[in-house]
Amino acid sequence: MNTRIGTQTVKIENPPVILETASIAGVKEGEGPLGSTFDKVLTDDTLGEKTWEKSESTLQRQTALLALEKARLKQSDINYILAGDLLNQCVGAHYSVRDLDIPFFGLYGACSTMTESMSIGSMLIGGGCADYVMCLTSSHFCSSERQFRNPLEYGGQRTPSAQWTVTGAGCAVLSSHGDGPRVTHVTTGKVIDKGVTDISNMGAAMAPAAIDTLLAHFADTGAKPDEYDMILTGDLGVIGSDILCELMLKEGFDIRKNHRDCGKLIYDIEAQDVHAGGSGCGCCGSVFCGYIFGELKKRNLKKILVMATGALMNPMVVEQGESIPAIAHAVTIEN
Amino acid sequence: MTNKEYNEYVKQKTPDSKIFSNCLKAFVSGGIICVLGQVLIAVFGKCGFGEEDASTLTSITLIFLGALLTGLDIYPKIAKFAGAGTVVPITGFANSVVSPALEAKTEGMVLGVGAKIFTIAGPVILYGTFASCAAGLIYWIISLF
Repeated sequence: MNTRIGTQTVKIENPPVILETASIAGVKEGEGPLGSTFDKVLTDDTLGEKTWEKSESTLQRQTALLALEKARLKQSDINYILAGDLLNQCVGAHYSVRDLDIPFFGLYGACSTMTESMSIGSMLIGGGCADYVMCLTSSHFCSSERQFRNPLEYGGQRTPSAQWTVTGAGCAVLSSHGDGPRVTHVTTGKVIDKGVTDISNMGAAMAPAAIDTLLAHFADTGAKPDEYDMILTGDLGVIGSDILCELMLKEGFDIRKNHRDCGKLIYDIEAQDVHAGGSGCGCCGSVFCGYIFGELKKRNLKKILVMATGALMNPMVVEQGESIPAIAHAVTIEN
Repeated sequence: MTNKEYNEYVKQKTPDSKIFSNCLKAFVSGGIICVLGQVLIAVFGKCGFGEEDASTLTSITLIFLGALLTGLDIYPKIAKFAGAGTVVPITGFANSVVSPALEAKTEGMVLGVGAKIFTIAGPVILYGTFASCAAGLIYWIISLF
């Protein structure tokens, strides 16, 4: 039986194995410091499609198929695919999964989708409801820009706090058996809103959710920050990471040594001119399923906490005067 | 930490835009566009056009250049440097019309381009027209006395 511990955490008694992952990144991401750690780097961000939405779906589907190939599994072996993205009605996921023959649950957790899907996937396997689950997510700079901000060709300046949506996708195949790193704990976040209304400062909007989930995780499990080789956040970026570390220190947890953020890792912030860093579901997706999983497989990392954060932002509702709610889901991964 | 305290804290943590250098860049690049406009007026004048026609032709030329450079993906690169220097002149208006039109092509000519072409420039057109009506009304009232 799985054990609920504390208020927000589940300890999974038969922890699922992360059997294999796949990551595909865009052109700009391929030029970044993690370029060589992705399974595939695009040479053309359109992927030969006529619309950006189709490009994102194709990106996601290719990542899913690559993960299956790497795991040496067939579509019929997979019990569930859990997928989501940033686009309205999750069209990235729906049109990528349309061409797959796998039972599907659609998720929307904005940029937290990678760990949201891994949380639910782990609980499905831990609860005995599945043997194989695929956790899939993506984001695309061009489809996100047109939905959340301005047309691509619009001439404007970004603020220093703005983040750059990652073109990339990640897919993790979870299994009830086999060898590899295991998801041992799942801490589910609550929707936290500290009243931030600046849609160009997502890091600041998401940091309180990250703090809330992290505090709950430490309280529920009794773990200390030092126990983790890495506490990896999704896309807090430069400002959000700074806020997280500083406010966690005030709460008595020093995570400065082992905290890393995918949004800071994926780009050379200065040279690639990405202001406060990367963002998007594909940020944590491609970095976790590429670089981090590689480090886990090499056993350079023994125990890590992965916590993707999502700004649950809708531009129309923010224009109506609402602030930006945020969420963070954490999973413990042990080798 | 209350929401108010958190937002004040965030303000401290968030770097401000470099106002001085941004203003300077905007002044210089906006100025260059205006100089170009002035040169065009002079050239059209030399070609035998009257002052009013030369001005109209200059606007048309600058709008064309703004639209062309938007389509060639050059305008956003200049604008990244120039900021308000490329937003305020008429070339910026051209960019704000052409960029949504280009992007909405995928949704078709009517519900895509037709419906979305003025999503950015719309407020300028609406309130520009409204302001000129208001100014005309005030002018008319003053001229009664």
